[in-house]
Amino acid sequence: MPAKLRLDQVSMAFKTPKGVFQALAPVSLDIPQGRFVSLIGPSGCGKSTIFNIVAGLLEPSAGRVLIDSADATGTIGRVGYMLQKDLLLPWRTVLDNVILGIEIQGVPLREARERALPLLHRYGLSGFEYLYPNALSGGMRQRAALLRTLLFDTDVILLDEPFGALDAQTKLRMQEWLLGLWSDFGKTVVFVTHDVEEAIYLSDEVHVMTTRPGRIVESIIVPIARPRPRSVILTPEFVAIKEHCLGLLTSGRDTSMGEAA
Amino acid sequence: MTVQDTSRLGTGIDLSRAQPAPVTRRQKPMRRLPVQKDWPLWAIIATQIGILAALIALWQIGADYGWIDGFFWSKPSDIYDTLIKFFTEGDAWIDISYTFRATIIGFLIGTTCGSLLGLSFWWSRNYATIIQPYVICFETLPKLALAPLVILVFGLGLASKVAIATALTLVVSTLTAYAGVKAVDTDQERLFYSLGASRMQVFRKLVVPFCLPWIISVLRVNIGLALTGAVVGEFIAAQHGLGRQILYAGQTYDIALVWVAVLVLSTLAVMMYAAVSWLESILRKGVKQ
Repeated sequence: MPAKLRLDQVSMAFKTPKGVFQALAPVSLDIPQGRFVSLIGPSGCGKSTIFNIVAGLLEPSAGRVLIDSADATGTIGRVGYMLQKDLLLPWRTVLDNVILGIEIQGVPLREARERALPLLHRYGLSGFEYLYPNALSGGMRQRAALLRTLLFDTDVILLDEPFGALDAQTKLRMQEWLLGLWSDFGKTVVFVTHDVEEAIYLSDEVHVMTTRPGRIVESIIVPIARPRPRSVILTPEFVAIKEHCLGLLTSGRDTSMGEAA
Repeated sequence: MTVQDTSRLGTGIDLSRAQPAPVTRRQKPMRRLPVQKDWPLWAIIATQIGILAALIALWQIGADYGWIDGFFWSKPSDIYDTLIKFFTEGDAWIDISYTFRATIIGFLIGTTCGSLLGLSFWWSRNYATIIQPYVICFETLPKLALAPLVILVFGLGLASKVAIATALTLVVSTLTAYAGVKAVDTDQERLFYSLGASRMQVFRKLVVPFCLPWIISVLRVNIGLALTGAVVGEFIAAQHGLGRQILYAGQTYDIALVWVAVLVLSTLAVMMYAAVSWLESILRKGVKQ
């Protein structure tokens, strides 16, 4: 099966007064349809750069981005991209925030709302449809932002630390919620996080990155069967993968600040 | 401080009693959190009215007894008589409507054009950078100094007053809308683009709604500025208007009439201010929905 999303020798260099700064060494990545893939690594390892390139918000210095084997380098609106902040518009209700993507694609307002409402009801936002985002808790806002990404209806979804700012309890609940969504919709998800445990728990594959230049040092397949109970994080298999990842992250720590784990 | 007070301070007291030399540590003064008590609303309003009444009474008595020169300062009873005459015999309503129209038209043109100009800077950074010094120049320029020129160009009628009122309000709106444009979150823009939005869609669905509170916030400032512009225009040359009335009364030493015109002008200003405040609250609600 050809890869859904493929990065072909994508690299990024910025010109600075001191010379050329290599933010991203040539990175290649093949992600099949329906996979849940995580990128972990310290700050400055180029995770967000990869996302910006895939979303078409940044033109890579070299290399190509292929979606369904077609060149999608530098084109916007091809993948769903959820940034770290929820970025809900404060003057729109939750419902109208969720439909933003399809509204931009030209779906009439009424039809867009009709499409969004069942989604909101099914995924834990009923009763919040007509509230403004400032009335919502962090977790709820994040749900709305994710549903906005999902309703945009692209096969590939990029999630940039969506649960980074949530408290531990909410985070666990949101992880379950996200897995539910993922198995319902069968999207291809690329997930960026600082949290090794979160990455392994959620993913089929974990790509460990490092800095200077940003690159993938190792790709680890997570062979744990789904659905995964919460207790899976205590099994020797899980712990072994976690230790391996942490080892990779800490070995490259001499140059970077290293805020992984 | 008394012994009773220090005993409340707790630790260290016994020590200071045992050794009666109180030199080493200075006692901290005992203070309570200062609390202001708010008066009930009726008391506030009654006091406000009382102060006003007292001032007017003092003015009247002072003028009657010759402590204040009634020729230069006039006095409340004369002003009242002139006010009645102004409305029953004079062209009061023509003057008021003249000033009112010039103010409102100038306010609308200035605020609308200024806001649009400010918003337009979002479209191109180059364009914004090129135009910016001109806008700042125009802002620092004392626009009222140009009023005689404006009268020459636009004539004695309504147009010249509208032009001055517009000039005063335009820059404020432009700069405020531009400040709003600059405050648009770039991440928010990125989100729109990641959803495949066009520039026009980002402008309509993000920039305009985001800047609306900024634009609305200057409405109240602008109504005052527009009124100032209209009155100054009337000072310089006009056939009607409260500004002309004030100037005319001053030149003929009819001080009571000056006060009457100022009083009417203030009333007009307060009413327009209230109307705009009301409009602002409506708009703010509209923005949320």
